[in-house]
Amino acid sequence: MTLLSLDMLLLIEKLVLIVIIVFASLGIALYTTFAERKVAAILQDRPGPERAGPFGLFQPLADGLKLIMKEEIIPNSSNKALFILGPGLAMTAALMTCAVIPWGSTVHLFGREIDLQIADINIGILYVFGVVSLGVYGIMIGGWASNNKFSLMAALRGASQAISYELAMGIALIALLMTTNTLSLKEIVDQQMKPGHLWNIAYQPLGFLLFFICAMAECNRTPFDLPEAENELNFGYHQEYSSMKLGFYLFSEYINMIMSSAVMASLYFGGYDIPFFDEKVLPQNIAALVGVGALLIKIVIFIFIFMWIRWTIPRFRYDQLMNLGWKSLIPLALANMVATGAWILYFG
Amino acid sequence: MSTTEILFFFLSALALFSASMVLISKNPVHSVLWLVVTFFAISGHYILLNAQFLAIVNIIVYAGAIMVLFLFVIMLMNLNQQNEPQKNFWMKLTGVISGGCFMMVLVSLVRQTLDMQTKVAMTTSGDIGLIKNLGRVLFSDYVVPFEITSVLFLSAMIGAIVMGKKD
Repeated sequence: MTLLSLDMLLLIEKLVLIVIIVFASLGIALYTTFAERKVAAILQDRPGPERAGPFGLFQPLADGLKLIMKEEIIPNSSNKALFILGPGLAMTAALMTCAVIPWGSTVHLFGREIDLQIADINIGILYVFGVVSLGVYGIMIGGWASNNKFSLMAALRGASQAISYELAMGIALIALLMTTNTLSLKEIVDQQMKPGHLWNIAYQPLGFLLFFICAMAECNRTPFDLPEAENELNFGYHQEYSSMKLGFYLFSEYINMIMSSAVMASLYFGGYDIPFFDEKVLPQNIAALVGVGALLIKIVIFIFIFMWIRWTIPRFRYDQLMNLGWKSLIPLALANMVATGAWILYFG
Repeated sequence: MSTTEILFFFLSALALFSASMVLISKNPVHSVLWLVVTFFAISGHYILLNAQFLAIVNIIVYAGAIMVLFLFVIMLMNLNQQNEPQKNFWMKLTGVISGGCFMMVLVSLVRQTLDMQTKVAMTTSGDIGLIKNLGRVLFSDYVVPFEITSVLFLSAMIGAIVMGKKD
């Protein structure tokens, strides 16, 4: 076969990696929904879901089954093709981020060195940014195709919120990139693992705070969940959706949360680095696996903080949201960028 | 056929098909979405030429920002196929013929340019599109045009704010 001059083994390796990562993210997202309900329950001093299985552990399976079994309704006056495309796009855009996140260092299997990262492209972080900016399409197409005024309003709100907060996020990132000198996520993580080099949070505390707030806004989490403000917009952009299409929209929010946690952990908290520990004393494969564990723990901590904020702070009003984005976050991000530049120029 | 060739033909076919769908679609929202597909195909071509930075910036700026604003305008103005002005048959025919002539001129121009005839596309080997080299060229050889462009953007931004404030 000389039709395709491909390295078949590499192709198989990457395919296996993609399948594992996608299914792992879906599995984690499934249990994130459960964790959300439990965290909400603890914060509101009630037991939360506890009937299905021990400690209610089968609750997400029951929820998923319920969503799949429900009747599928496509409104008569909707734009059918786009109505179906919407949730699919939301899900795809959410999952695409996982391609550039370094989930661990290299493992040695079957005589091959396997990178625990699907693609180490030299514009890694810009790729994440590009995918995030595409996430808007799922919301906008879904909201418009429903042919419902409330859905359309919610979609427009969601899109304008995403665009506003993307700007501050990008400027906060530029300050980080000025200190790291690279856009590849793998190299950023490796830099932080070097002895004598602290995690990037030590160099960019304000940048991280801005990035965190913007990430929360991009995931449409409370206090930024204006596209789903049920008291003014009924249910938001997915009002007309039912069954698993609704499930996809709700689910993509959790996937977005996991991916943005992974990006934040890699950028500011050392990725798969284990704090106060030299990974080189362990055998290669075990070090890689422990590293994956460390990254997962960091992701879980971030997700918990997301939930903690959601169940503590009430929702913003729309004008407050826009004021925060344009009049506070963007000037702060610009000041942070200028200060970082001055620091590099005079002390770097 | 190598992988690069297969990808090249696939992306070209996709770009041409989606570009013609932009024109053929009656619904403006469909047109915008097909245009997004076209941008993706063109970004794919950039990646084949190893210009990763250009590819991703094309997606962030055009597909991620400009087309979203297009969608905004179309959705807010509630344009759809009912109230889109339909041109009559002769108008369409003259449009097709004049557009086709223009395309022929462009194609023959590119084919006959002496500079271009000896050049070969550098697939996967060129590195001018990588962010490091591009930045270096922009800030050394082309620094004056680059700065002038930024002033132009600034004036456009101020202009937009002034127009938005007028009420």
